[in-house]
Amino acid sequence: MSDDIEIVQPSSDDSELTHPREFCAEMYRKMVTIRRFEEAVLEIYQQGLMPGLAHPYIGQEASAVGVCTALRDDDYITSTHRGHGHLIAKGGQVDRMMAEMMGKEAGYNRGKGGTMHIADMSLGILGANGIVGGGMGMATGAGLSAQMRETDQVAVCFFGDGAANQGSFLEAANMASIWSLPVIFLCENNLYGEYTSHRDVTAIKEHIAERAAGYNMPAIVVDGMDVVAVYETTSRMVENARAGNGPCFIETKTYRYRGHHVGDGNPEKTYRTQEETDLWKTRDPITRLARRMVKGGMATEEEVSEIDQSIQSAVEHAVEFAKQAPFPEKGEVTEHVYV
Amino acid sequence: MSTSEREITFGEAVREAISEEMRRDETVFFMGEDVAVAGGVFKVTAGLYEEFGSKRIRDTPISEAGIMGVGVGAALTGMRPVVEIMFGDFMTIAMDQVVNQAAKLCYMTGGQARVPLTIRTTIGAGRSSAAQHSQSLHAWMAHIPGVKVLIPSTPADLKGMLKSAIRDDNPVIIYEDKMMYSLKGMVPEGDDHLVPIGKADIKREGTDVTIVATSSMVQLALSAADTLEQEGISVEVVDPRTLSPLDTDTILQSVRKTSRAIVIDEGYRSYGVTGEIASLIADEAFDYLDAPVKRLGAMDVPVPFSPSLEPSTIPNEAAIISAVHSMYRDVA
Repeated sequence: MSDDIEIVQPSSDDSELTHPREFCAEMYRKMVTIRRFEEAVLEIYQQGLMPGLAHPYIGQEASAVGVCTALRDDDYITSTHRGHGHLIAKGGQVDRMMAEMMGKEAGYNRGKGGTMHIADMSLGILGANGIVGGGMGMATGAGLSAQMRETDQVAVCFFGDGAANQGSFLEAANMASIWSLPVIFLCENNLYGEYTSHRDVTAIKEHIAERAAGYNMPAIVVDGMDVVAVYETTSRMVENARAGNGPCFIETKTYRYRGHHVGDGNPEKTYRTQEETDLWKTRDPITRLARRMVKGGMATEEEVSEIDQSIQSAVEHAVEFAKQAPFPEKGEVTEHVYV
Repeated sequence: MSTSEREITFGEAVREAISEEMRRDETVFFMGEDVAVAGGVFKVTAGLYEEFGSKRIRDTPISEAGIMGVGVGAALTGMRPVVEIMFGDFMTIAMDQVVNQAAKLCYMTGGQARVPLTIRTTIGAGRSSAAQHSQSLHAWMAHIPGVKVLIPSTPADLKGMLKSAIRDDNPVIIYEDKMMYSLKGMVPEGDDHLVPIGKADIKREGTDVTIVATSSMVQLALSAADTLEQEGISVEVVDPRTLSPLDTDTILQSVRKTSRAIVIDEGYRSYGVTGEIASLIADEAFDYLDAPVKRLGAMDVPVPFSPSLEPSTIPNEAAIISAVHSMYRDVA
């Protein structure tokens, strides 16, 4: 079954980084920003500063950063309920994101969307989405739009293993294929759709990428805990899509360290094992990249921790900014129902 | 400035509106099932493919949810898609994309997102098409803030409103009664005939009873009005034309003048358009009423197939006349 799929061989942690120092450092910064941002979200949630709920992306950072590093500002992404990582990776500002988490007017969506709906049209972020599989058609439409306007923009549709079982995937993938649209279906397989193992509810057990054969598009499986591998794979497929060769399917094998959302406090007691979580944590994408950078002489350990420090304070600043920011005026409730 | 008029059908109104807007704006395109090469199942879009080609007049797979999603995505990124959903019954398959995505994106993003998407679909029983091809489900969409819902009753209104819809920066759904595609009517010459969204139209002036009627029910109401005039009852027929946003002023002004109101719509009578408009009148014009507001809608049953059963499920002229008579009896 897997003959049609390209499996990218995992790179050794000892292998040399072939990209420039600043390029690697920027991917590192982005991943650490996501990690710290998500930790801060969990903290403000515990403190009662954030209403609603949140779906932490911790553990999956290499997927978002590897993919979005391969994109231009004017390329499009559609994101998911677990979207904070995608938004930061595509250029989202943490202060405005944090303000949105708290429902403040300074937030990306003026406090009216919250964690699951952040968008920044100027960065091609067409929105996180509260509906699993809700962005499939949208990303495909963005690809159609790019093709009709004769730009070479590309649209990336982020979705999880759970959304791969939504009918919207079939419909969108089919249309992207028949029209040769510049769309990348980016399946982040973190092994669990909400509180259920994808193996228990999916006919295909090993690689969801096998589905792509049904839509006549190339499929690649890549280690989603290796930011360099994700970047290189995505880059290749982005160039392919820009050249007019149509859509593709990339599956990043990844893992969320936390539960499905803030209320899913201890998944190791129910639907997954501590051993599994511990194993995935040994592949941590941030630690791995830092180790490779230090080993390759790109950065000293001190320089790495300086980066960590500066991001820590940027995120703290974002939290402070969001706390101080005012809530929307009452009249805002009826604004923007229509343009 | 005199405008000359010419006669076209309801179906031709669709074709003219789309082709004029496509000539005017290259970001407009049209897609749906069987709309291009075949010209649509009702042949309403015949000729568009020949003029504009397969890039802008697009046959899609039978994937209503997918088509709608693609429409939303294209609309978000600089295009003005017109999407056809062949039967209004099939809108149920595309609900997530309309209700959870298109209708909410502008609001949820704090005004950042624009979704200039036009959706054309049908309503109307009467073809023995049975329960999955005959429903009038426009009230479902009028229930959702963030989409505009149009329900024109004449070729001129359809043409002018579809053109306005395509130029609107919001998602707009236009419901066409499939039984009316061959209905003829006068439209102004020229390609700048626009009918504003959100503006009702008085289709006939009268002094005794207001009939608020939508879509094909307008023709029935006008016909009933002719009959009732011979009995000495003067009927005013108000066509809301847009359900959302509703032109409440025009409806209320008419009812305040006549003091009697009947609301007729082909959607199900329960939880629908007639209930909404009747409650508006009760809330805002109660003191002017000489009789309780009457409502006529589709019978609350799945639309039956047999020609011996189907007609009894939708309002007809006799029912309208009888409703008007009953209003006089009620107060006698």
